[in-house]
Amino acid sequence: MPEGNADIIRLNGAEKHFGAVRALGGVDFHVGPGECVGLVGHNGAGKSTLMHMVAGTLTPDSGKIGVHGGVEDNYSVSRAQKLGIRCVFQELSLCPNLSIAENTRINHASLTGFGWRRKAAALITAKLDEIFPDHGISAWDIVGDLSIGRRQMVEVARAFTVTQDRLDLVILDEPTSSLDAHTSGQLLAFVRRFVAGGKSCILISHVLGEVLRNADRIVVMRDGKVVVADAANAFDRDRLVAAMGGAEARQKIAAEIAATKPAASPLRVRARPALQKDGSELVAHAGEIIGLAGLAGHGQTDLLLAIFDAASRAKAGIEVTAPVALVAGDRQSDGIFPQWSIAENIGIRSLARLRNGLLISPQREAELAQFWQKKIGIRTPDMNNNIFSLSGGNQQKALFARALGSDAEIVLMDDPMRGVDIGTKLEVYDLVREEARNGRTFLWYTTETEELDNCDHIYVFKNGRIVANLRRDELTEEKIIQSSFGDAA
Amino acid sequence: MTVASVDTSKSSSERGALARARLLRGLLPALSLAIVLIAIAWLNPRAISYFGFSLMLNLAIPIALATIAQMFVIAGNELDLSIGTFVGFVGCVTATWLKDAPLLGVLILLGSIGIYALLGALIHLRNLPSIVVTLGMSFVWQGLAILVLPKPGGKAPDWLLAIMSFKPPFVPFPIIAALLIGLIVHFGLMRTSYGVILRGSGGNPAALKRAGWSLLKTKIVLFALAGLFGVLSGMALIGITTSADANIGNGYTLLAIAGVILGGGEFVGGRVSPIGAVIGALTLALAASPLLTFMHIPPDWQVAANGAILIIVLAARVLISRRER
Repeated sequence: MPEGNADIIRLNGAEKHFGAVRALGGVDFHVGPGECVGLVGHNGAGKSTLMHMVAGTLTPDSGKIGVHGGVEDNYSVSRAQKLGIRCVFQELSLCPNLSIAENTRINHASLTGFGWRRKAAALITAKLDEIFPDHGISAWDIVGDLSIGRRQMVEVARAFTVTQDRLDLVILDEPTSSLDAHTSGQLLAFVRRFVAGGKSCILISHVLGEVLRNADRIVVMRDGKVVVADAANAFDRDRLVAAMGGAEARQKIAAEIAATKPAASPLRVRARPALQKDGSELVAHAGEIIGLAGLAGHGQTDLLLAIFDAASRAKAGIEVTAPVALVAGDRQSDGIFPQWSIAENIGIRSLARLRNGLLISPQREAELAQFWQKKIGIRTPDMNNNIFSLSGGNQQKALFARALGSDAEIVLMDDPMRGVDIGTKLEVYDLVREEARNGRTFLWYTTETEELDNCDHIYVFKNGRIVANLRRDELTEEKIIQSSFGDAA
Repeated sequence: MTVASVDTSKSSSERGALARARLLRGLLPALSLAIVLIAIAWLNPRAISYFGFSLMLNLAIPIALATIAQMFVIAGNELDLSIGTFVGFVGCVTATWLKDAPLLGVLILLGSIGIYALLGALIHLRNLPSIVVTLGMSFVWQGLAILVLPKPGGKAPDWLLAIMSFKPPFVPFPIIAALLIGLIVHFGLMRTSYGVILRGSGGNPAALKRAGWSLLKTKIVLFALAGLFGVLSGMALIGITTSADANIGNGYTLLAIAGVILGGGEFVGGRVSPIGAVIGALTLALAASPLLTFMHIPPDWQVAANGAILIIVLAARVLISRRER
């Protein structure tokens, strides 16, 4: 390695096996000072494994790790921290029972002694102010009380706090998955400032535009190997998607949507948000995919939950004519039964049909699970394994299988594709459109504008109200942003 | 930028509601204690006096110490089913060896704290369910207690008797002791920087490990602290009763768990409150017999009535936490 001395970290021929599965097959990877490296690839491409090695949480079976030019034989988390390498993991690593200041203390062994609480609070507040001005978070808030977006903000800010150890490289694994467009923009702008100051970042994101706009260099992984690594301006969207192995998918979406023109079909949902002052309301017919857009937390989830309630108990202003199922956005807290198997997690919405006399028939439950495993492609050797044996994307697939395998004619989706890899997303989009053609209705809240391409009709929300109502052919990103920020008085 | 400001104002009112709900839950232990006290005052006004409290809260100190011991274990998402028989064992050692051969007694008690620490290590290293391990240990402690003291008897060391019968002016000793226990443990667990790590090990162990902390160490420390407070509880108990019996602490296991939960703790997630736990223990100690005796409930029914009180208070807690969501 000729220029190896300048690198912050360099991995040569890193390999990792989990049992019979090869997660990483001889990867060379390095990060130099003052650069932002974008890392893209499907779930299971080996990105997370590679990043765990960089952060010291996993050791490679073979291969060498060098940091700041020196070879590291006993590389570990604490060693990585001493050498100035931090990681914001995809699954949140805050303690929900502690305050934000206390969570900051966990990452800084030097915050001890008299007055440590004040120091920790000042440290994290200053960093939050720097990255997310007007964040509205107090250092004494208990993390469990914060929304998932705010928790992510805290987590990111915490990774950038500095006490006695140096800080050279921060790994951001899906840092914007729970942030809205506004805070995502703040974060990415901060990353650029951070890199301009001579420090480095690794940015992992499934939002390819983010990577293209913010990375200096992009590394594409597939099947545990690096397939392409090049300067960011040598890439465009199509080349990236092609390198990841997901080409021609977008064109297919557009063509398919154009082909399916919804005819007049029976009304399924008519709902007016509780805060709506004018006469606007959301209307959905059988076979339609309805998008709910706007900034995160502006009443989309509330309306979905109101519709869900209205299905079982009459509610003013909301009319629902068919059974409803909900695919939760925060799958860890609202979607998954952690102690249960994959099959049980899928069957819970369909217990009435799975019953044999008074008891649940294990055979029918297994059949349902098998069917959906094939149909939606849940990657597991055994559906009786615990749900947590699945990767994040596959867990989300299981939740889709729960909703789609039920008798529900209306499926509510509360931003379910957050942090899911693009391969899984495309599979689920296909499935949603197929089910819509068969007459199911989808109400789809999403924070990713690209997903709205799948919808027939889009409602934009702001402060709990519908502020715009767009047909698919009228949809542009500018229009949504305009309506989301537009008429604020 | 108006959007952002609207957003923050909305969330601060949301946070206000959450803070209120949390405050309410935090006050619930104190509230339940107040209700029990008011009931006692109404049934028997003479009980609300220096002497009355000294008498009624007589057994509250060992219960509070055992509850704190249990709280340390619960803070790490484990459960200790052996604390009751452990208190009994410590009691037997206190009434025999600690009086007759103090050095040996001290060594045995320190050794038993060491065994607690080892149990923590075992549970962590072998990934064993703590309920199973401590259930097994409860029989071990019980057996050892019977070996040490086959039939009721023994005598507490004089210095221990002197401490436990201390009569400070104005405020009864049990109340001062409870305050001290609550404040010391609160400071240690809730305010020190290592206390944060201990609680974090219950909140999100994976995150703690990633930040470079040893989960083996946190588990050992939590169990050793449980052992320490178990020893204090056993000694305090013998200081009050003056002599021991192998079965003397058996009821403490469930009392201690109930005290932690009554005090606002939760079984998983590292959510515990030392002050709450002490208040929970006081409430249980008062509700256990003085209140029921004043209500003229016959002793045969007191255990069941005690359970009923527990169900009511815990149900109120569930209702409040549900509002929090």
